[in-house]
Formats: sequence, structure tokens, C-alpha cells
Amino acid sequence: MITLSGLSKSFGSNHVLRDIDLSIDQGESLVIIGGSGTGKSVLLKCILGLIEADTGSVCIDGTELTPKTRAAQMARFGMLFQGGALFDSLTVWQNVAFRLMRGPGRLPKAQARDIALAKLARVGLGPEVADKMPAQLSGGMQKRVSLARAIAAEPEIIFFDEPTTGLDPIMSGVINSLIHEVVTEMGATAVTITHDMSSVRAIASRVAMLHAGRIQWQGCVAKMDKCDDPFVSQFISGRADGPIEAVR
Amino acid sequence: MTFIAAIGRHFLEVLAAIGRVGLFGLEATSHILRPPIYGRELALALVHIGWLSLPVVGLTALFTGGALALQITAGGARFNAEAVVPQIVAIGMVRELGPVLVGLMIAARVTSSIAAEIATMKVTEQIDALVTLSTHPMKYLIAPRIFAAMLVVPVLVGVGDIIGVMGGYLVATGPLGFSSTGYLRSTIDFLTLSDVASSLAKGAVFGYIAATMGCYAGMTSGRGAQGVGRATKGSVEAAAVLILAANFLLTGVFFSR
Ligand SMILES: Nc1ncnc2c1ncn2[C@@H]1O[C@H](COP(=O)(O)OP(=O)(O)OP(=O)(O)O)[C@@H](O)[C@H]1O
Ligand SMILES: [Mg+2]
Repeated sequence: MITLSGLSKSFGSNHVLRDIDLSIDQGESLVIIGGSGTGKSVLLKCILGLIEADTGSVCIDGTELTPKTRAAQMARFGMLFQGGALFDSLTVWQNVAFRLMRGPGRLPKAQARDIALAKLARVGLGPEVADKMPAQLSGGMQKRVSLARAIAAEPEIIFFDEPTTGLDPIMSGVINSLIHEVVTEMGATAVTITHDMSSVRAIASRVAMLHAGRIQWQGCVAKMDKCDDPFVSQFISGRADGPIEAVR
Repeated sequence: MTFIAAIGRHFLEVLAAIGRVGLFGLEATSHILRPPIYGRELALALVHIGWLSLPVVGLTALFTGGALALQITAGGARFNAEAVVPQIVAIGMVRELGPVLVGLMIAARVTSSIAAEIATMKVTEQIDALVTLSTHPMKYLIAPRIFAAMLVVPVLVGVGDIIGVMGGYLVATGPLGFSSTGYLRSTIDFLTLSDVASSLAKGAVFGYIAATMGCYAGMTSGRGAQGVGRATKGSVEAAAVLILAANFLLTGVFFSR
């Protein structure tokens, strides 16, 4: 269980997160929605400690994550970055197997490669891409390699930052069901950021909406369509007029 | 008044920057000494910094040694040139020009490429990705590069010294018509072990400076392509100036008695 309390982050005069309280239960699939630039990616990075929050704390199973304790906890996390963030000096399979081949429990090369190939297959990529460099792949393929890397070591807690952006509808469906499986079969906890409402319905057990640096609304998916929050209903229907100013 | 304030502010900024670089260098050094050591990264850095720099280092030293021999003959022919030229070429190359030229070449070639590579990794979130994959960027990216530079730049300096002396030899025994055995004899008789040791020690220091400045600029780069460009430019300037300043200090330490 991950608990965020009073998390705030500003970049200069840009107050991105204002006093966020959120808890994520073990084994649930939380989806975070919200307009572009509202700080969804920053929120995930604050939890991982990649960006240091100004105030507030992040606790995992009751222990607070600090720069000292974080390194030990990092093995439990997997993260898919919005931009992919593949290592461009390593081949595709070396990217996917990066964690498997390093650290205390590292696997021999051949075994790590087999696992990497299996994970690539799960994101719809064949063995022919394994020895390519990331720069030789299309944007959507890079995103899927990055997804394979995030789940390769079967972490307990996985953050997906826009896993289906830039993918065709069929591949989006494949990725949605992959995320669903990761949660239901491996028992992982997933936090997914997405703008794709069909993704939300496919993978979410709970939804939180971020707006103006605060959690505007949270609740289970079933309640999302019927909720009377004007921000949420504008967001899911995609109307330009409403309380969320589309043109600033 | 505002003018003085501006100068003061600049001065404080420079001091703060020196402090940050110093802390960064200390942290990086502490990671060189503690496991895990990433052997593959170290080997790649050795090849990149050492092996691939050989052509440029060799050519620079060759031409400089040759030019030095010509110059000294022109100026020193009135005395006994055959004895003076080899000695001054040897001293000049080994004590000063060899290490400085190699250091500057490494700043141009290695500092810039390290800064650009690491800055790009930062901008594209690859450094963040390393952290989420339980790999310390200091250990995986920085320590191998700095360690490799400290190991291999002295070797490059040694090679540069030898090729520089060779350049002088070629010019002296060719166009200038000196005797070949006499030239080599004077060179060997005149150079001392401490000259060579100081040359290599300078190489290690310059390698450390060049790699550290590249890594620091990369890790602190701003966002976007502009950030990468600034980081690269700034790192080469800083490394070159620091190498020259360090050379001055080391020459003072080694040769003033
Ligand atoms: N490293 C940074 N330095 C300065 N400002 C930043 C930084 N990272 C993010 N921001 C700012 O924080 C705000 C939120 O950014 P974030 O990337 O979290 O948006 P997002 O909700 O993920 O948007 P999108 O859906 O478009 O990905 C933006 O205004 C952005 O300019
Ligand atoms: Mg984002």
C-alpha cells in the first residue's frame, strides 16, 4: 500500500501539485486522468523520488520513502516513462533485460535474453527486433519495448505513463489486456496515466482525476460515468465547454 | 554601485559552481572505489577515451615536436645546435607540451562527447530510467568514465611524448642533417625519470578533469536540445581552462625548487 500525504511540488511560480492526498491499495489498478500539463507525470516521478517534492511524504507499507530508504525499495517498482526512455546505446533485448542482468540476483545472459524475448512477445514484438537498436524502431514499437522493460523483472508495483499513446487501436487493446493481466495474474499494483477513455474502462479498478494540482475526484470506474462532478463529466465526454478551460 | 554588485554576484556564482563541481568530483571518486564496478562500461570507456584518441594525439604530438625542432634550430644555431635541440625538444615535449596538448585534445574530444551523451540521456529521461532499474547513475555512467580517463590519459601522454620526440628527431635528422645516434643519445642522457613521471602524473590529473567536467555538465544539463548544446559548450571551455590552470600548478609543484 502506497500513501501520499500532503504532496506539493512547484517549479518556480508554476504550482504543479498542491497538497495531494492519495492512497493506492495493494493489488489495485488505479488510473489517473487529467488534462495535459496538470502534473500527472510529475506525480509519478515524485513517488519514485526522481523529482523531489517540496512538501509532503510518500509511504510504502508504512515506511516513509526517503533518499536513504528509496534505493532498497526501488527493486519493487517498475516504470514505463511517457517518452519511452530506452537506453539508446543498448540493443532492444539488453534494454528489456537490463535489470535482470544486474544487481544481486542477476541471471546468466542466455536466460535473461530468453525472458526478454518472452516479454517482447507479450507486447506484440517478435524476436527479429531483439537485436536492433531502439533508434531503428518506430515510436509505438519503442513504447512497447519500454513497457516490456518495465514488467521484465515482474515488479510488485508498476507505473505506466500513457502506455497506449501512439499505438494503433488493436495494439492499444493488446496493451490494455496486458496491463489487466499483470494486475490480475501477477497480483501487481498498477498506476496508469492515460487520456484514452477506453483504456480507463479496460484496466481501471479505481480512477482519480487530477485538476489544478489537486485530486478533483476519485472513485471506482462504475461510478465515474454517473458521477455529478462537472470536471469529470466534461473530461470523459470530451466537451470543449465546461469548468475546465480548454483555451487559455 | 550596481556594477560592483554585478561583479560580486558573478564572483559568488563562480565560487558556488566550483563548490558544486568539487562535491560532484568527490562523490564520483567515492563511487570509483566502491563496488559494484561495471566492467563492460569501463572497457567501453577505455576504448573510447584511449584507443580512439590515439590518431589525433599522435598527429598533434608529431607536428608539434617537428615544429619545436625547427624553431630551436632557427633560434639556437649560433650555439651548438646539435646538443641543444634534442634536449629542448625532449624537455619541452615531456614536461609541458605533451601533457598539455593531449589534455586539450581530450577536452575537445572526450569532454564534449561525454557531456553531450550524458546530457541527452538526462533530457530523454534515460538517467531517471536507470534509477528506476535500481542502477546508480553515478556508478554506471560517471565512475567508469572518470576512472577510465585517469587510467588511459597518462598512457596517451606517454605515447604523445614519444611521438613528439620522434617528430623532433625526424626533422632534426632529415632536413637539418643532425646525426641520428647523437640525437637519440642526447635525448636519453638528458631526460630524467622524474620528467617522465611528472608527465604521466599530469596526464592522470588532466584525464580526471576532462572526464569529470564532461560528466558534471551532462548531469546538470538543462532541458531540450538547447540544454544539451549549452552543457557541451560549457564543459569543453571549463575543462580546457582547468587543465591549463592545473598544468601551471603542477609545473610549479614538480619543477620549482
Ligand atoms: N523538470 C521540470 N522542470 C520544470 N517544469 C516542469 C518539469 N517537469 C514538469 N514540469 C512542468 O510541470 C507541469 C506538469 O507536467 P507533467 O509532465 O506532469 O504533465 P502531464 O500531466 O504528465 O501532461 P501530459 O498529459 O501532457 O503528459 C507542466 O506545466 C510542466 O511544464
Ligand atoms: Mg505526462
